[in-house]
Amino acid sequence: MGAIFRRELKAYFTSPIAYIFIAVFYIYTATYFVNTNLYYGLTDMSYVFTSAFTIMMFLLPLLTMRLFTEERRQRTDQCLLTAPVNLFSIVMGKFLASVCVFLCAMAIYLIYIIVLTSLAGSVAWATVIGNLFALLLLGASFIAIGTFISATTENQVVAAILSFIIIMAFYLIDMLAGMVQVEWLRNIMSALGFYSRYAEFSQGIFSIPNIVFFISTIFIFNFLTVRVLEKRRWS
Amino acid sequence: MIEVQNLTKQYGAKKAVDNLSFTVNDGEILGFLGPNGAGKSTTMNMLTGYISSTEGKALINGIDILDDPIEAKKNIGYLPEIPPLYLDMTVKDYLNFIYDLKKCKLPRKAHLEDVCSLVMIKDVYNRIIRNLSKGYKQRVGLAQALIGNPPILILDEPTVGLDPKQIIEIRTLIKKLGKKHTVILSSHILPEIQAVCDRIIIINGGKIAADDTTENLTKNISTDHKLIARIDGPRDEILKTIKNMPGVVSVVADMEREAGIFDYEIEAKEGVDLRRELFKRVVARNWVILGLKTTEMTLEDIFLKITMGDDVVIKTKKNAEEKAAEADAKAEQYDEKAAAADAKTEEYDKLAEKAEAAEKKEGEE
Repeated sequence: MGAIFRRELKAYFTSPIAYIFIAVFYIYTATYFVNTNLYYGLTDMSYVFTSAFTIMMFLLPLLTMRLFTEERRQRTDQCLLTAPVNLFSIVMGKFLASVCVFLCAMAIYLIYIIVLTSLAGSVAWATVIGNLFALLLLGASFIAIGTFISATTENQVVAAILSFIIIMAFYLIDMLAGMVQVEWLRNIMSALGFYSRYAEFSQGIFSIPNIVFFISTIFIFNFLTVRVLEKRRWS
Repeated sequence: MIEVQNLTKQYGAKKAVDNLSFTVNDGEILGFLGPNGAGKSTTMNMLTGYISSTEGKALINGIDILDDPIEAKKNIGYLPEIPPLYLDMTVKDYLNFIYDLKKCKLPRKAHLEDVCSLVMIKDVYNRIIRNLSKGYKQRVGLAQALIGNPPILILDEPTVGLDPKQIIEIRTLIKKLGKKHTVILSSHILPEIQAVCDRIIIINGGKIAADDTTENLTKNISTDHKLIARIDGPRDEILKTIKNMPGVVSVVADMEREAGIFDYEIEAKEGVDLRRELFKRVVARNWVILGLKTTEMTLEDIFLKITMGDDVVIKTKKNAEEKAAEADAKAEQYDEKAAAADAKTEEYDKLAEKAEAAEKKEGEE
C-alpha cells in the first residue's frame, strides 16, 4: 500500500494536475472568504465551508479520473495485479493519495482561520473543527466515488463525466425527494442526500448519523472498486 | 517448479485456453511457441494471477495461484507483452517503486545495481522512461521482472520490436538467467526459441500441439533425408556414381555455384545416412567435395506441420516437385529448339558449301 500511495502522490505532483486542482480550490474558497468574512467582518466561516461543496463537485472528479483508467490504458495494472499485494491495498493506496492531495487543498482553511483569529481574536473553534472534519469526509466520499468510476472505464474523460454525474445525483437527490409522492421512496431519497447532511455540520450540528453516513459511503465505494477489479479478472 | 493442470480459460463461447497441462522443472527454460492468438499470453496471464482460470489449476512452487495469490506471486517475475512501465517516472524511481511494491528484502542499493548492470540500463538510470527507446523500455521491463530475484521468470515475447543486435543481447541474457531461474518464454519467432530453450511447447488454438525437447522435436518430425553436396568433377559421371549408390532415391544437379562445379541435391531413403559412402566414392575417383550439408527440417517446417496439419508441408513439397517438373519440361523444350536450330544451321552450312562448290566450278569453267 505504501509503495502505491507514494507513487501515486508523486505522480500527482509531477504532473500539473495537483497544482491546478489546488490553485482553483484556493481561488474559489478565497473569493468566498474575502467576500464574506473579510468584507463584512464576520467570524462565522460556515459560508466558506458550504460554498466549497459546489467546487468540489467539479474538481474532485478531475483528481480521480486517471487513477485506474491510466493503469489500464498503459497496461501498468498488469504490474500491480501480478505483484504480491492484495487488491484492497492497491485501492487504498490510490484512494489515500487522492485524499492527501485534497488535504493539501484543504490546508488553505488553516490560513483563513489564522487570519480570522489574528483579526477578530478568536473563532468558534468547535464549529470550525467540526466543519473541517466534515469537509474531509465529504471530499473523501467524492474521491471514493471517483475512484470507483475510474476502475470501470478506460477513458479519463468518461470517468470524469460519470463521476460528476453520480456526485451531482447525490447532490440533487434530496431536493428531488420533495416531489416524490411515495413516502418510503421519499424517505430513502432524502436520506441519501449529501448536501443537507453536509450543511448540518456548517450549522454547528455534529451528528453521529451524518458521520456514519459519509464513512459508510467511503467504505462502500472503495469496496465496490475492489469488486470491480476482482470481477475483471474473472470475466 | 510450475505445475499446470487442465487449465482452461473461456471467454463467452470461445475457449482461449483449452485444458492445458504441463510441468516446468526447476532450472528449465521452456519455450512457448504458437501463432498469434494461440493462447500464449492468456496462459501466462493465468500463471501470474493477472486473470483467473475458468477451470484447472496452476501451482507455482506447489502453491495454487488462486488459493494463495500473494505467496505464489512472490515467486514470479513477470514481463507482460507490453512492459508495464509508468512513462512519467525515471528508471530509478520506477525500479524503486517495484522494489517497494514487491516488498523486497534484499539490500536495496546493491540489488538495484545488480539488476541494472545485468540488463544493461545503468546509463539511462536517471532518465524518464517516456524518452527511452523501445529496446531500453523492454530492458527496463525485464529489470522490473528481475527485482526481488524471483525463482520463476515468465517472459511474454521479450524480444518483440527490438533490433537484431538487441535481440541477440536479450537472448544471451535470458540464457544467462536460465542458469539460476526457471524461465517460461513465449514467442512466435522460431529461431529465438530454438536458440534459447531446452524444451518447447507448441500451442495452437489453446491446446498443446507438441511438448518435447528442442532436439527431439526436430528429430522426430523430420522425415526428410536430403544432402546437398558441392563436388568438383565431371558432372555426368558424378551423377552416375551417386545414382548407383545404394539407398539413393534421386539426385539433381541444376545449380552451378562456381565455374564448372555443381551442387548435387541428393535424396536418400528414410534412415539412410549417405555421407560416409559418398565421401569414399568421391575420393576413390579423385574428385573433391567442397561442401556437404544436410537439409533437415527447420523448426519453421515443424511449426507449420504441427499447427496447420500435414497438408501444408506436403503441399509445399508437391508445389516444389511440380515446379521442378515444369522447369524440366521447359528445359527440354529449349533443348529441342536448340537442336532444331542446330539442324537448321547445318542445312545452311551445307547450302553454303554447295554454293561455294558451284562458284568454284563456274570459275574453273
